[in-house]
Amino acid sequence: MSAVPMVKAEAVHKSYGAAHILRGIDLEVAPREVFCLVGPSGSGKSTFLRCINHLEKINGGRLSVDGQLVGYRQKGDKLYELKDKEVAAQRRDIGMVFQRFNLFPHMTALENVMEAPVQVKGEAKAVARERAARLLDRVGLGDRTGNYPSQLSGGQQQRVAIARALAMEPKLMLFDEPTSALDPELVGEVLDVMRGLADEGMTMIVVTHEMGFAREVGDALVFMDGGVVVESGHPREVLTNPQHDRTKAFLSKVL
Amino acid sequence: MTNPVDKTEGPTGPSATSPPPAAIKAIPVRHYGRWVSAVVVFALLAMVVYAFSQGDINYTAIPDYFFDPSILEGVRNTLWLTVASMVLGVVLGAILAVMRLSKNPVTSSVAWGYIWFFRGTPVYVQLLLWFNLGLVFPYINLGFYRDEWADFMTPFMAALLGLGLNEAAYMSEIVRAGIQSVDEGQTEAAHALGMSHGKTLRRVVLPQAMRVVVPPTGNEVINMLKTTSLVVVVQYFDLLRAGQNIAQTSGATVEMLFLVAVWYLILTTVLSIGQFYLERRYARGSTRNLPPTPWQKVRANLISLRRPEVAK
Repeated sequence: MSAVPMVKAEAVHKSYGAAHILRGIDLEVAPREVFCLVGPSGSGKSTFLRCINHLEKINGGRLSVDGQLVGYRQKGDKLYELKDKEVAAQRRDIGMVFQRFNLFPHMTALENVMEAPVQVKGEAKAVARERAARLLDRVGLGDRTGNYPSQLSGGQQQRVAIARALAMEPKLMLFDEPTSALDPELVGEVLDVMRGLADEGMTMIVVTHEMGFAREVGDALVFMDGGVVVESGHPREVLTNPQHDRTKAFLSKVL
Repeated sequence: MTNPVDKTEGPTGPSATSPPPAAIKAIPVRHYGRWVSAVVVFALLAMVVYAFSQGDINYTAIPDYFFDPSILEGVRNTLWLTVASMVLGVVLGAILAVMRLSKNPVTSSVAWGYIWFFRGTPVYVQLLLWFNLGLVFPYINLGFYRDEWADFMTPFMAALLGLGLNEAAYMSEIVRAGIQSVDEGQTEAAHALGMSHGKTLRRVVLPQAMRVVVPPTGNEVINMLKTTSLVVVVQYFDLLRAGQNIAQTSGATVEMLFLVAVWYLILTTVLSIGQFYLERRYARGSTRNLPPTPWQKVRANLISLRRPEVAK
């Protein structure tokens, strides 16, 4: 592939004190790719996702988004930590959707979506409001703009959260188990929105237990366990014909 | 795709055809203990009232002086001092709380030291200290402001600094608890959107912290109103001092203390009502239905009492 990879990780390590969570992750995510991260809990997949937008600092290796190092600047052979402001600027272009939605409870759905464009980009309120209404309409919540998060179902909240991330017009979207906190009958509506995003060519990294979604929508899949990449390839191949014993054992339990 | 659930095609309930069940008629549990305790309480109350009626107390002095101009001035001064000290305490307290939680070790140590000193010494001692600093500093010189200490440190200034700076230490702990009560996911979500630390604090964390901060702050206001009575020692003319002045000239010491106590009760009651509505307002967004106000409760009770008559 000739284009700059959207995300490139080389020997990424992360530990909390004595706990060594990531033990050398190497992977590349191409632009417009839907990249699925699967694996048992505690395998480090969520931690890795959070490293991509610097919610966690990596302890070793190199991690870059769109050719830019995450959290550092390189001058010669020295690395310089970025200031908080510069880190914030890097995060603007990376949308993130959390397992527990993390909507702002004191703002309506519309205000949640408007918040970042107005506060971070300094966009005019009228412009931001218009786009927020359009985005909420697109995720199927055009009639819920005035509702507070507590008045919405889990699936609706997660769709607002997706609209909120999209309002910053990101080049990369990170999904951290977006359907794990949802009642089973609400999973579909969130996956539908994500499928629509994938069809439009959004680059997405999805930590998920939804193997059906990974198989249908995913372009690449990585199986992680114990802080390392065990197996990777096209979702259909990995999921139907796993090569590693650990992958086989995991898939036999979830499929 | 999601399938819309048609709720109209459920099984039809029995309520559609059968008459409503008869109301249960049962003998309620008798609470004899309540009657006994009520009688005991009334007896004790009667004894207290009797004792005070036998004392040499000139009760007519209380209404006579209740709206005396000097008492009203004392009330005004007490209220003004309460408000000014609380504003100073809340603003400084919020700043201290943010400093205390800062990653910068210098600012967090400064905040820690401030709280250590101002919470660790009695407010009475602090008031006296501010008032008497003039004994060691004849002048104040802040560079842009220079004055004789006695002109600068008026009774009001001594009272304001003594109460306000002390209050800031307590308020900072309240605000800190509020900030820490906000889920970490909120900060993460704001950071993930590219919001700076300051914006995250102002737009996301502090508004949500308010729900935890407001109820104890209401208590602090009520507490402050009463604590202002200590400023008698720095010669500030507050409600208590106004009462004491009249007591000295008229000789009605206990009567004036009664009068002052009634005024304090009126003021704290009004503040408590205000606090109720403030708490209700900040519950917005966290509960689906707001708790009813006392007025709404009264209205609901009246309606439920009236309904049988309306039905006839």
